[in-house]
Amino acid sequence: MTRINKTSKFAIKGALAALALGLSAQGALAEKVKVGLLLPYSGVYAALGNDIQAGFELGLETFGKEYDFVIANEDTEVKPPQGLAKARKLILQYKVDVMAGIVSSGVLGAVRDLVDGAKVPLIVANAGNDDATGAKCSPYITRMSFSNAQVNRPMGKWLAEQGVKKVFTLAPDYAAGRQMIDAFTASFTAAGGEIVGQEYTPFRKTQDFGPYLAKAKASGAEAVFVFYAGGEAISFVKQYDSFGLKKDIPLYGSGFLTSSLYVNAEGPAAEGVITSLHYVPTLDNPENKAFVEAFKAKTGRLPSEFSAHGYDAARALVEALNTGARGREGIANALRSVSFTGPRGETSIDPATGNIVQPIYVYETVAGENGLTQKVLASLPVEADPANGCAMPAPK
Amino acid sequence: MTPALLTAGPLALDASFWVLQGLNALQLSMLLFLLSVGLTVIFGLMHFVNLAHGSLYAMGAYVAASAAGLMGYWAGVLLAPLAVAAFGVLLYWGLIRRMRRSGPMAQVLVTFGLIFVMLDLTRIVWGDLALAAPMPELLSGRLTILGLEYPIYRLVIIVLGGLIYGGLYWVLSRTQIGAMIRAGVDNDAMASCLGINVEQLFFLVFCVGCALAGLAGAVAAPLLSVTPEMGLSILIPTLIVIVIGGLGSLKGAIAGSLIFGFVQTFGAVLAPQLASVLIYALLAAVLVIKPVGLFPARG
Repeated sequence: MTRINKTSKFAIKGALAALALGLSAQGALAEKVKVGLLLPYSGVYAALGNDIQAGFELGLETFGKEYDFVIANEDTEVKPPQGLAKARKLILQYKVDVMAGIVSSGVLGAVRDLVDGAKVPLIVANAGNDDATGAKCSPYITRMSFSNAQVNRPMGKWLAEQGVKKVFTLAPDYAAGRQMIDAFTASFTAAGGEIVGQEYTPFRKTQDFGPYLAKAKASGAEAVFVFYAGGEAISFVKQYDSFGLKKDIPLYGSGFLTSSLYVNAEGPAAEGVITSLHYVPTLDNPENKAFVEAFKAKTGRLPSEFSAHGYDAARALVEALNTGARGREGIANALRSVSFTGPRGETSIDPATGNIVQPIYVYETVAGENGLTQKVLASLPVEADPANGCAMPAPK
Repeated sequence: MTPALLTAGPLALDASFWVLQGLNALQLSMLLFLLSVGLTVIFGLMHFVNLAHGSLYAMGAYVAASAAGLMGYWAGVLLAPLAVAAFGVLLYWGLIRRMRRSGPMAQVLVTFGLIFVMLDLTRIVWGDLALAAPMPELLSGRLTILGLEYPIYRLVIIVLGGLIYGGLYWVLSRTQIGAMIRAGVDNDAMASCLGINVEQLFFLVFCVGCALAGLAGAVAAPLLSVTPEMGLSILIPTLIVIVIGGLGSLKGAIAGSLIFGFVQTFGAVLAPQLASVLIYALLAAVLVIKPVGLFPARG
């Protein structure tokens, strides 16, 4: 935490120094762009915040050499009021041109009106709430990560096509958990599947999944589909295996369940779990190979989907600047029609909602040379989210 | 014949389902018991409120996970209680002894602050990512009892909790030191007059409580994920156990833990929508009907 605060101070000092230099030697320097990063550096999502930041910095270094980026980091602490205060600080005090980050949908909900009202472009680098690019969409918010429904919708159809007909679902009881499961359920039942049981566990209060696992076992399901992330994912996958359910009732889920960020903490229990996600580090394309190499060289570890969010958010910003867009209004407008081929494949922003359009990958967690790795089983078609009540004027 | 068989089928399945859930409830209860017993006796003996007890549990889990990575699971389980007890000694000499006479409000504030200090310390030392704690080969299988498969590791936790309860019961009711502790809980001023060094006794109990918290962390580590927040999330259940059971008594700690474990588990099974509310409703009911808890040490 202190380390990050220091970098934050350094960034501010850097900003001041750059400002002084810029005044004395205008034109001699590359074009200055002020970026505010709103990420959690403390609290339950601190690891995600650090991964996104590493990806974002790498993206700016790789693609944005001709610009002089001044970055101000602010810690949201995963608390909506704190996130709002920090966003206000970035906008009013640091006068940033563009903001990026935001891990929690709660924080995104809190800053949404501020960002929309102040007309400051915000590139969302994680928070997946469907409404942020649905009923609550804004021409100033573009999302370079995913939406909860997007990651799970194709999986329902795919699973039904594999011949799985009866599924038991489990997820934590909060907005993201419900959106992920609802999207899966809708497409799974539309493809002829049946949900034989559905449970929502108290969010962040459930450490022992034993009672729910016994229910899943007794439900007569052929498979279990779940969404859990972080600490809950680790506990869940380990406990699922320890009850011996994995061999009779295979475990499927939203890809965050076995994210490369923490899958090694799950150990052998995660082997054979099949999930869907928009990015895994083993994707076989030249853009991803370059990204993985560069990320490893920078941090010494493999990138996760979270680092990919950061990397692509930075890339989107650079692509927007490359169109000649300047200033808050200009950048926001250009961001809405960004499109490029990145580590995740064909990636573009849907101008109608501001949400990313990207392929979804089905992958199995398997044992590799250095711990667990991801074997991509299928690449599901690129599909834009429905507008979900989003109505915005088209970008200029 | 046939109808009887037909009803026997689903019934038999049902019975094993309930046994399974009963074991789940017992396992949760025993884990909570290991945590709450130390806290409740410290509470009862010296009216000292140590909110950082959950952080000691997290510390135990981290020490166990790290030691297990280097020297194997058993080294972790042995080392964690010792390390946490040693940390407890430091805590006692550095902080708690000074706070003994400053009243419950100051104690709550200081130990509450300690939670956050320890949260960030674990973060600095071990990082933000969840740690893996391996389960020993010997305990990672499943045991078949009455045609029902149950993870051995969970059974071990149940047995361990039972053994610790038995051991503490014997010490408290059958030994001289136990009599001294009971006297201290009952009336510390009178115990002092009778020549019992209550402060020394408190120090001893405090260290044992810390060691038990460390042990709970170590046995929980392979089952759950080891994250910096685990200490915070276990604190509330532990406090609920103590309030329901009654301050300062072993019987209260075990009764409170069992009630919590069973209400939580069967609540999740029977009324999932109410799962997170049920235990608080029970807590409120106990506070209204019997504010001192079910089995308080002092009448």
